Amino acid sequence: MNFSIVIHDTAEAFARREDPSQRAALFAPLGAYLKALSDAGVFVGGAGLEAPATATVLSQSGNAWQVQDGPFADTKEQLAGVIIIDVPGRSSALEWVRRFPMLPGRKLELRANLVPRQE
Amino acid sequence: MTEAARRAIERTARESYGRLLAFVAARSRDIIAAEDALADAFHAALETWPRDGVPDKPEAWLLTAARRRLIDAARRAQVRHAASDELQHALELAQQGADEPEMFPDERLKLLFACAHPAIDAAARTPLMLQTVLGLDATRIASAFLVKPATMGQRLSRAKTKIRDAGITFEVPRMEGLPERLDAVLEAIYAAYGSGWEDVAGADPRRKGLAVEALELGALLVHLLPDEAEALGLSALMLYCESRRNARRGRHGEYMPLSEQDVALWSRPMIEQADRLLRKAERMGRLGRFQIEAAIQSAHAQRARTGNIDWESIALLYEGLVRITPTVGAQVGRAAAIAQARTAQGGWALLQQIPKQAVAGYQPYWALAAHLLDRMSRGDEAHDARERAIGLCEDAAMRTYLIRQQG
Repeated sequence: MNFSIVIHDTAEAFARREDPSQRAALFAPLGAYLKALSDAGVFVGGAGLEAPATATVLSQSGNAWQVQDGPFADTKEQLAGVIIIDVPGRSSALEWVRRFPMLPGRKLELRANLVPRQE
Repeated sequence: MTEAARRAIERTARESYGRLLAFVAARSRDIIAAEDALADAFHAALETWPRDGVPDKPEAWLLTAARRRLIDAARRAQVRHAASDELQHALELAQQGADEPEMFPDERLKLLFACAHPAIDAAARTPLMLQTVLGLDATRIASAFLVKPATMGQRLSRAKTKIRDAGITFEVPRMEGLPERLDAVLEAIYAAYGSGWEDVAGADPRRKGLAVEALELGALLVHLLPDEAEALGLSALMLYCESRRNARRGRHGEYMPLSEQDVALWSRPMIEQADRLLRKAERMGRLGRFQIEAAIQSAHAQRARTGNIDWESIALLYEGLVRITPTVGAQVGRAAAIAQARTAQGGWALLQQIPKQAVAGYQPYWALAAHLLDRMSRGDEAHDARERAIGLCEDAAMRTYLIRQQG
């Protein structure tokens, strides 16, 4: 059963990525976490995302595209990445979530991936 | 006056909720109805105590009020369904001695056994005890066990419905059934302690409270079953662990392995209390898993007196533990003790005997593997194992500690 761990970070956390002295401390635990996921045969896919300011937001009004600078939502925490895991159920998904390296203000959202409904 | 009444209600709720609920539920065999009745009784107290003053015997007052609600509810139900035998029975039970409940027996042991009944989903047993015996709310229990509050709420109400509908009796099992039922009770209490213990950094002060509540449940069990060696063993085990709470982190919040903790920060009174409980348990001559685990912790506690750790004894105790309960945790513990007492190779050989599938997500295995591989000068493999241990960490301080070792 596939679940998505959706990562939301604060502006401070995004800023840390640009600080060479903090980068290693930020990414070493994540690298180990991803290794643990794949060694356990749980990792399906995923990506970290560049800063929200780099986003392009597209929508349609009638048939015309509207293009704006991102991010889409003006919230304190911004989407920072997503990891998809394949586990037997929600409780084992939660076991993996609790191993996720946390930062101040970081929020994780666990959601089951959508499965096509059988009619 | 109003303030005093409110405080009295809060105190009674905190100190007596479990006793009151157990007493009412043991008679109605229906935790849900008992909870509703008790909630009504507390609600009535909030209305009348500030006006009329706090009664001399607050517990007895609440008990009488709760039983009246139960009787009323049973009567209403009777009108609806034309008196079934079962309801009649419930009504009679509720009425028994309803007039003068000044002294009521402690029925919490029965409640504990009902919560740990084999028919109850094992995952619901600990939460059910925390809610019914200690009166914790579902949201808090959900956070402690890291499940959705809604899911926890459903799990708890399913378990209570099961107790009622399956007619699970509120009784302490007889001798032949006692050991396995007691095991479930002990496991559930230990699970509560475990979920409070992991949160050492105190990121969530409410979870730290859960360890305290587990200790309370453990002490309650010893009080109610003073002749059960394993109940004593569990209490001793939790006390040894709890005695080190303040030593588990360094000055800057860094992780401190047990063997490097400053023994001056260990709580002597807790260790002494644990020693007493363990000695008493050992005299009963019925060895069990919790007593062995407590004995292992006792051996570590000796360091406060002797300055060193008797790894040979610890290895021997783990050997016994693996024989009784061959869990992955016990096997990893034994390998670590053997590596300390004898050689890294000896520990490594034991580690290799554990099936790979069982350790895929078990962090202590990989941390120990990294340590032993380092000692055997197999650097690359050590690096790989430690990377995995870091990835499986749930605790930030432990993660930082391992990352620093990784260099």
